[in-house]
Amino acid sequence: MDTNFQLPSSDFPQIKKTLGFKEHCFKKSLWLYHFGGASCNNCDIEILDCLTPRYDVERFGMLLIGSVRHADVLLVNGSINTKCRDRLLEIYKQAPRPIVVVAIGACGCTGGIFAEGNTFAGPVDKIIPVDVYIPGCPPKPEAILAGIVNFLNKK
Amino acid sequence: MENEELIELLQFKFKINIEKVFIQYKNRVLMQIRQEKLMKIATYLYKDQGLRFIIASAMASDDKFEIIYHFSNDKTGLIVNLQVFLPREKPEIESLVPLFVAADWIEREMHELFGIRFLNHPNLVPLLSQGNWEPNAFPYAKNQKPKA
Amino acid sequence: MKTIIPVGPYHPLQEEPELFKLFCDGETVVDIEWETGYNHRGIEKINESKTFEQIFFVVERICGICSTSHPFAYANAVEEIANVNVPDRAKYIRCIIGELERLHSHLLWVGLAGHFIGYNTVFMWAWKYREPVLDLFEIITGNRNSYAMFKIGGVRRDITAQQIPAIRKILNALKPKADLLFGAVLDDPVIHMRTKGIGILTKQDVIDYCAVGPTARASGLAIDIRKDDPYAAYGMLDWKVITAQEGDVFAKAAVRFLEIYESIKIIEQSLAAIEKLPEGDISAIVKNIPVGMGCGRAEAPRGEVFHFVKSDGSNSPVRHKIRAPSYVNVATFKKSCVGQSISDATLALAAVDPCYCCTERMAFAYDAYTKKKIMDGNDLIRHSQKRTEELKRKL
Repeated sequence: MDTNFQLPSSDFPQIKKTLGFKEHCFKKSLWLYHFGGASCNNCDIEILDCLTPRYDVERFGMLLIGSVRHADVLLVNGSINTKCRDRLLEIYKQAPRPIVVVAIGACGCTGGIFAEGNTFAGPVDKIIPVDVYIPGCPPKPEAILAGIVNFLNKK
Repeated sequence: MENEELIELLQFKFKINIEKVFIQYKNRVLMQIRQEKLMKIATYLYKDQGLRFIIASAMASDDKFEIIYHFSNDKTGLIVNLQVFLPREKPEIESLVPLFVAADWIEREMHELFGIRFLNHPNLVPLLSQGNWEPNAFPYAKNQKPKA
Repeated sequence: MKTIIPVGPYHPLQEEPELFKLFCDGETVVDIEWETGYNHRGIEKINESKTFEQIFFVVERICGICSTSHPFAYANAVEEIANVNVPDRAKYIRCIIGELERLHSHLLWVGLAGHFIGYNTVFMWAWKYREPVLDLFEIITGNRNSYAMFKIGGVRRDITAQQIPAIRKILNALKPKADLLFGAVLDDPVIHMRTKGIGILTKQDVIDYCAVGPTARASGLAIDIRKDDPYAAYGMLDWKVITAQEGDVFAKAAVRFLEIYESIKIIEQSLAAIEKLPEGDISAIVKNIPVGMGCGRAEAPRGEVFHFVKSDGSNSPVRHKIRAPSYVNVATFKKSCVGQSISDATLALAAVDPCYCCTERMAFAYDAYTKKKIMDGNDLIRHSQKRTEELKRKL
């Protein structure tokens, strides 16, 4: 399964190309902030699963933290409905720059099965710029880790 | 009490109020009732017979709204469905919240999805719609299927 | 002065993602209010445009944790309309999947409850022991969540004879681990102090709020759809309904712990039954769904799931009403949280298992009216964890 197809980074593309500023920022441990939209909870559990003993991302210094103001990575999963759209924008505004936005799961990437719903406000990349897409319903913890690692190794 | 007994008792007690009784399958019964009598029958089922309120399902068709109240008898596994028809022009029915709190959310939900008004509901404010759709849109009320 | 503490707003089930506002007077919670709609996806409306077979994939994604219970209830409803006789083997396989789900859901809850009171070891342990259950799902269904096992008239995949020993092995390994975990949790004096007498729901409260599942069973009301209105193979198996009388957080935890053992018992019996039945007979042929309406119920880890399906004889339903258990259980917060201190209210909220940790994914630290930052979900958990530390020191 192709778990890590990516679109070009939309956050400061020039800086990234010329100065390596972004690489510098993400060189050390990444702190993650998790935003669950109108999701079915599956991706949320799999994200939490990454923290538990079997997958244990804390050995890489990755931490799930409570405020987006301290985060390097914003994980977004679930389809976004009209009501939580404004909240997502607000969170994105609060986030420090540069931030990596990761859309997790089929719903985060495309809207998935809920794209037909009457409250659907668009997949994540229609609302905020997305750097990494991790498809799957839900993506396995291995796939989530692989997606983030591939992003970091991208030259 | 056995299921048949309960159904017979209901028919005997509310003979005039219950219009039709369908025994659908094993353990399922559907009763068409007039909307004025809903409170009386629900009180009997809930208070006297100890049935548990599960949920109410509203439906919209071209000329009428329909609400089905589902009650569960946990001793025998029977589900009693009370079916009420409301006119499209004036969809109003008495609220069951004074009887049990569990009806609170579902009545608020039906109110904003279908535009059905619940009389005597203490707090008929939107539950889901705020920020999702306009207050008077009633997305489920139109009997049209969304485009596939 | 009343302070408002927002808890939420993101909450993962279909109709219950919500923002709780705890109105506090000093340390005490005096009122609680809800704001929902953050997770409204219009599933009931989407289903009206899907065929009966497609709906399985939608209802599976109502809730990732209950991704068996919803298809289970839906299958019961549709099979009631079509009057299908499901083969016995399929019934047992359905039970196995349903009970495995209960195992993983209860372990998940234990972990999160541990996290809420500041015992992160419990969180890590419980989630570690949950992994083998997810492995089992992967062996049987091919996916860790969202199993796609159900179809009208039976199940999609068979459990083969080669898989059964592997399943038994993992289950047998799970039992001592569960013993260890629950022994450690239920004997801990601090956990006793934190959970006993907290968030009490009396039997009458449960009846008033029509609560279901472990929330009701912990208050002495023996409601279990698997016993009351037996579906699938539950009527043919030997197991018992677990109840407790106290109605506090500890009772709810104890009920869930003991249910894990009952689930293991059910799975073992089902496996034994499957071995005697011919392989491959897993689905009845259903040609069309006639006009009619059906009520399907299933006992999810959190309580009764109810699906109402109305068919007009075409290939998609006219109306599909879904009621998830948290829809009624969440309303009981009004009883269980009011009068508690803030740090205990967190636990009382968690005890109902309203899917998981709304508080952890606190997005809005602002009060909707005053636009003032008050306290976010993490502060709330920290508050609760601090309380545990204090109690520990006192001991």
